[in-house]
Amino acid sequence: MSQASHYLLRNHDIENIDEMAVYRAHGGYEALKKALNQYEPDALVELVKKSGLRGRGGAGFPTGVKWGFLPKDGRPRYLVVNSDEAEPGTFKDRELIEKNPHQLIEGMIISSFAIGANQAYIYCRGEFLFGYETLVRAVREAYEAGFIGKNILGSQFSLDLFVYRGAGAYICGEESALLESLEGRRGNPRLKPPFPAVAGLYGMPTIVNNVETISNLPPIVTRGAEWYASMGTEKSAGLKIMSVSGAVNRPGNYEIPLATPLRSLIDDYAQGMKPGYRIKCIIPGGSSVPLLMPDQLDTPLDYESIVKAGSMLGSGGCIVLDDTVCIVKASHRLIKFYREESCGKCTPCREGTYWMADVLERMEEGLGDANDLSLLMDVADNISGKCFCPLGDASIGFLVSAIKHFRDEFEAHVTEHRCPLGAKVYDTANN
Amino acid sequence: MKPEYQVWAEELKKEFPNANSALMPLLHRIQTEEGWLSSEVLDEVAHLMGLSTQYVESVASFYSLFYQRPVGKKVVHVCVGLSCMLAGSDEVMHRLEQKLGISEGETTPDGAFTLLEAECLAACDLAPVAQVNLRFQGPIHPDEAEALLSEEVSKQ
Ligand SMILES: Cc1cc2nc3c(=O)[nH]c(=O)nc-3n(C[C@H](O)[C@H](O)[C@H](O)COP(=O)(O)O)c2cc1C
Ligand code: SF4
Ligand code: FES
Repeated sequence: MSQASHYLLRNHDIENIDEMAVYRAHGGYEALKKALNQYEPDALVELVKKSGLRGRGGAGFPTGVKWGFLPKDGRPRYLVVNSDEAEPGTFKDRELIEKNPHQLIEGMIISSFAIGANQAYIYCRGEFLFGYETLVRAVREAYEAGFIGKNILGSQFSLDLFVYRGAGAYICGEESALLESLEGRRGNPRLKPPFPAVAGLYGMPTIVNNVETISNLPPIVTRGAEWYASMGTEKSAGLKIMSVSGAVNRPGNYEIPLATPLRSLIDDYAQGMKPGYRIKCIIPGGSSVPLLMPDQLDTPLDYESIVKAGSMLGSGGCIVLDDTVCIVKASHRLIKFYREESCGKCTPCREGTYWMADVLERMEEGLGDANDLSLLMDVADNISGKCFCPLGDASIGFLVSAIKHFRDEFEAHVTEHRCPLGAKVYDTANN
Repeated sequence: MKPEYQVWAEELKKEFPNANSALMPLLHRIQTEEGWLSSEVLDEVAHLMGLSTQYVESVASFYSLFYQRPVGKKVVHVCVGLSCMLAGSDEVMHRLEQKLGISEGETTPDGAFTLLEAECLAACDLAPVAQVNLRFQGPIHPDEAEALLSEEVSKQ
């Protein structure tokens, strides 16, 4: 199904929409004018509530409801956009900032007006050098055009916007760690509550939203809440960008109405598996979520249906594992990711990820013993629900579901003293 | 130490309600100039920011892109994330290690290359992917991995 038109990924339809002139020639910054001229801030918050928009960073919290949590006590407020995208398998925010930065910036100005923030920040992942440069350029263009700055478009509303570069730390995608980093500290998560809406950046009320979440604002203001809510389901309204990777014919980002079946995402949008490959299992929402099996391809991609199927929509990073992939090797790789990215603040996460990585490594090399599988489950059990921030639990989401569905394959590594799929073990320095 | 560093520090401090937030932008800017952050540089940054050296060191050491050892002219990050692994990143890394005669994490003796692992670079549609001085290259066929090394890239 090649879509005729997009609402969020309009860069697929319109060349050079990253440039101010092109963006404006296609209706850009008209939503901002409409928001400033026709809405009071509170009415915009209502509009977002009515649209049903939910956070696209992973947790799926209703955006308008979050905005409503800001205390009305006259203190300064901040908007912080989370562009730290690093959840394995997810690559939508990078496309949004590199290819359609003005949509995000317009969304940020509208959101800042709605929540009463006069200062807004984009926390951009350190590795996204081109994305960062693109945002800096687009922000400068927006200042020059009078869309950011003092008395925007003749209104009483003023806003400053700064693009802040991270420096390589997955944990800084977690909102409280992100705020620590933005305050010039190590990216250790903060104790919650208080949530950022109450005490966030510099202790002030702060809204943290994902890039994709905020990029939805211009189309919602332009077309209305009813339009947005007419897509998807009652609880999962609107559009979601899914990033598809693995042995499919067309890996890439696809904008789907929520509740589109997983099968359609893989077969129609990503144009099916490469010749000779069959699906082994699917990670539907970034590496932190449990896997789905091929007999679950009819699952509609909305928050509730995926939970019912035993997984989560998460960030929308859909990794398709094919039948040549060794499940132990894949599990090992993901655990190593969490081991590298654990901030080290609490013991179960810091030590547990090391331990699990060691066990999986010796299994993959054919050196595992009969107790290793129960040892893995034990360590996972000691992490589950016992960590300071959600990274700990995230580290075991895939592994526990992999052991559940592919126990035979794990056991065969031990009994046969080798990888039954013949996956190559590389002897590099850091393995 | 270059005199403009003080100008940068003052400029950046003004961008934020709390001057402390200028620390990471300043480290980025100086690292772009110097290539890496020596302990003398961190000391100077601490002085410019009115912070203790230990504090600045502890922040710098938290983030993998702040280099506290000299790096090669070209820093090659090979993504070893799951999607890239499925597409052959192990082999890409292996070929580069062979070609350069170093292991992941090391710098060639002539100072030309540093070879590093990266976790998912959020470019899995280009898997297997790498960055040379943070500029994306991909998809990289393992047989053509060496071509990465001769790629012309701008200074980061
Ligand atoms: C370990 C960890 C990593 C995260 N990484 C990201 C990220 O890269 N981008 C993001 O938007 N949210 C990330 N989140 C979720 C944020 O904490 C936060 O919920 C989100 O930015 C809120 O925005 P939203 O409501 O628009 O989704 C992460 C959470 C955790 C626990
Ligand atoms: S769970 Fe892991 S990442 Fe989160 S605070 Fe604890 S050690 Fe840090
Ligand atoms: S796994 Fe390499 S870019 Fe995502």
